Amino acid sequence: MSIPTPAAKGKNYDVIVVGSGAAGGQTAYTLSMEGVKVLMLEAGRNYVPEQETPMFQSYDQAPLHGASTPEKDFGFYDSTVDGGWTVPGEPYVQSTSDPHGRFAWWRSRMLGGRTNHWGRISLRNGPYDFKPHSRDGLGMDWPISYEDVAPYYDKVERLIGVYGTSEGLENTPNSSPGCLLPPPAPVVSDYLVQQRARRLGIPIVPGHRAVLTQQLDFKRSPALLHPGNLKAQKIIAQHMQQRAACIWATDCGRGCSIRANYQSTTVHLPPALATGNLDIVCNAMVSQVVLGKNGHAKGVKYFDKVSGAEHQATARVIVLAASACETARILLNSKSALFPNGLANSSGKVGRYVMDTVGADLSGQIPLLESLPPQNEDGASGHAFYAPWWGYQDQQKGKLGFARGYHIEFGGGRRMPGAGTLHGIERFTGGSYGKKLKEDARRYYGSFVGFAGRGEMIPNENSYCEIDPQVKDKWGIPVLRFHWKWSDHETRQAAHMQKTFADIVQAMGGRVTSKVQSDGAEAIAPGGFIIHEVGGAIMGADRQKSVTNEWCQTWDVKNLFLTDGAVFASNADKNPTLTIMALAWRSADHIADMMRRKEL
Amino acid sequence: MTDRRTTIKWMLSVAASMPLLRQRAWGQEVTAWPAVRGYGGDPDLTKIYKPGDVWPLTLSAAQRRTARALCNVILPDDGRSPDANSVGVVDFIDEWVSAPYPQQLQDRPVVMEGLAWMDAEALLRFEKYFAELDESQQHAICDDICYEPKTAPKFARAAAFFTRYRDLTVGAFYSTPTGWKDIGYIGNVPLTKFEGASAEVLQKLGLGPGHT
Repeated sequence: MSIPTPAAKGKNYDVIVVGSGAAGGQTAYTLSMEGVKVLMLEAGRNYVPEQETPMFQSYDQAPLHGASTPEKDFGFYDSTVDGGWTVPGEPYVQSTSDPHGRFAWWRSRMLGGRTNHWGRISLRNGPYDFKPHSRDGLGMDWPISYEDVAPYYDKVERLIGVYGTSEGLENTPNSSPGCLLPPPAPVVSDYLVQQRARRLGIPIVPGHRAVLTQQLDFKRSPALLHPGNLKAQKIIAQHMQQRAACIWATDCGRGCSIRANYQSTTVHLPPALATGNLDIVCNAMVSQVVLGKNGHAKGVKYFDKVSGAEHQATARVIVLAASACETARILLNSKSALFPNGLANSSGKVGRYVMDTVGADLSGQIPLLESLPPQNEDGASGHAFYAPWWGYQDQQKGKLGFARGYHIEFGGGRRMPGAGTLHGIERFTGGSYGKKLKEDARRYYGSFVGFAGRGEMIPNENSYCEIDPQVKDKWGIPVLRFHWKWSDHETRQAAHMQKTFADIVQAMGGRVTSKVQSDGAEAIAPGGFIIHEVGGAIMGADRQKSVTNEWCQTWDVKNLFLTDGAVFASNADKNPTLTIMALAWRSADHIADMMRRKEL
Repeated sequence: MTDRRTTIKWMLSVAASMPLLRQRAWGQEVTAWPAVRGYGGDPDLTKIYKPGDVWPLTLSAAQRRTARALCNVILPDDGRSPDANSVGVVDFIDEWVSAPYPQQLQDRPVVMEGLAWMDAEALLRFEKYFAELDESQQHAICDDICYEPKTAPKFARAAAFFTRYRDLTVGAFYSTPTGWKDIGYIGNVPLTKFEGASAEVLQKLGLGPGHT
């Protein structure tokens, strides 16, 4: 993939898109397919999955056998470049030393952003998830309903390729026929969890992930994705054929050189570049949006990270898709006489209502899974099954003590051993070593099943980000300071997760490998740890209480759009990426329409 | 994300790494960074690395001799798979304790002190270094420190070392193709079709379609 240099910046662009991940990739894809001239600015370096992905490398070929370090937080082979919980030279600040009041912020500095390593779990928000306040009086409603977004979920699923099934479960939408790819075959531990959890009344159904279990339907889908647009149809048909189906090996988190899973760099950007309508400048660290005298955004300022020089790029429309908190940061740092508290912030809501996902984990050792004959259990990197939330009715009756739901992700079996394999095995073996330890290793390997709850956090006034008055990053850009607080709805939910997982482990005849945490405040993963941060510039129907309208268009600045997770008015248990893409597509369609009507 | 996310590596490891993660994921860079540099935030992921390629190894010949002997006591040749050092576990240990990262810096004094203790104890009991002992002598020492809950208080530190050293040895050995073969990991090969669970195993466990 050829990436233009900053020399391209002299052109007249229709739209500048800041960020190249799920939001930026989808926005640029949709716009460039519609003939709009787009300049994409990415803060990280160019990244070429076809050349850089460590497919098939075994862990003993990596330093420390791939163990995680502060320079590679999720292990050596994780595809994240120049990122993680810390980014050298780009700090962020906590408002308190209280561990429960802190927020951890994962960033990637690479083309495609966090889409290169993400879990690829792709769940639709359901009807309740867009109207949570109407349902239980908490949080905020979105200004749109599921029906508004459903056609875009269909489109995104068709474009990127998502496996799964439509089960007709409550608030767990079906996809339109032909949108989903068949789910991968489950492994033994999946079936065991399914059988035993169902006995407890917990539904276990095929998961949804953005992995090609078969080639995309390049004959039918192009016309459905881009009706009446023959050029776009031709380009996407070609790119769909270039993507291989999954070869059932090597972890998706490494990225995929054969383009069998979704990464912005393998799915959105190549066809967008093929239109000739997209230029990409990497190493472009955007500091602020520049406001024109007419009150419209006229461009952005950015630092070329290689030379350190500051540049300005201009366009008719500015789209921020830099990730929820980075987008809020850019807005808050864009101060002017008209907007002394940050751009598009007349509501005072920029930076407010940052949400992450509630997370709690537990694993079990399952004697039934011991000493089974070796089978290849790599599959599609797990998540063949999951448990969508099953407690909506109990919650309406007030039975659970927390208002919103969670789903369960789980997996087990014979995954590729790494440096941490069988650590702590002495708890099961009584401290064996020598030949006995080798026998024990054969017995216990593959007998563990891990459970992760992923639940909804309700937005609150105490979880937000703002600009720190002192600290600046290495480019001199003021940095974010985070405030964080879980409510009882989240901590009780986390405790419920722990109990549920322990019940499932017990129903499987197993034993949990760690303490079952009944104190939700201890069970819950710290803010930011699940890396589902959304909010910070929420959409709404009332410009006094929100930053954008339903089209991700800021109330205050007509030609400024936010197409990433910043606009989320709630954070359902469903992993946010699919919804980010659906909303970005919807917003980009709207931008293209407005441009055609000369309204922008 | 489940590292996790999702990709569920953690369930392989009985021990959660959460405590260390909790300590450091707060936006601040590590300040007490040692002089030796790591591989940085953007290493070449496709290159094949061996211990010593990125940072220098630091164990002395004497330490390596003891370390090697202990690796092989923990995972000896048992006829089904070779001993730990046949796949270079001692080199991994050396790379680990020489690495400039917080977990490894925390482990370094534990391992250094532990290796010294093994030799001191061997000399005390048998007047030989640990590596020179016969198997029954080596086991006599290891039996006293191999399981912390049942270790005498005077051996508590040595037992903590042994627990950590066993984890490092086990993780290093089983993450090699030799270890995979022994333990029954037969993945990491491209397939045109993924079959999932075998009908035979499902039948045996009473699982799958038709079973509730």
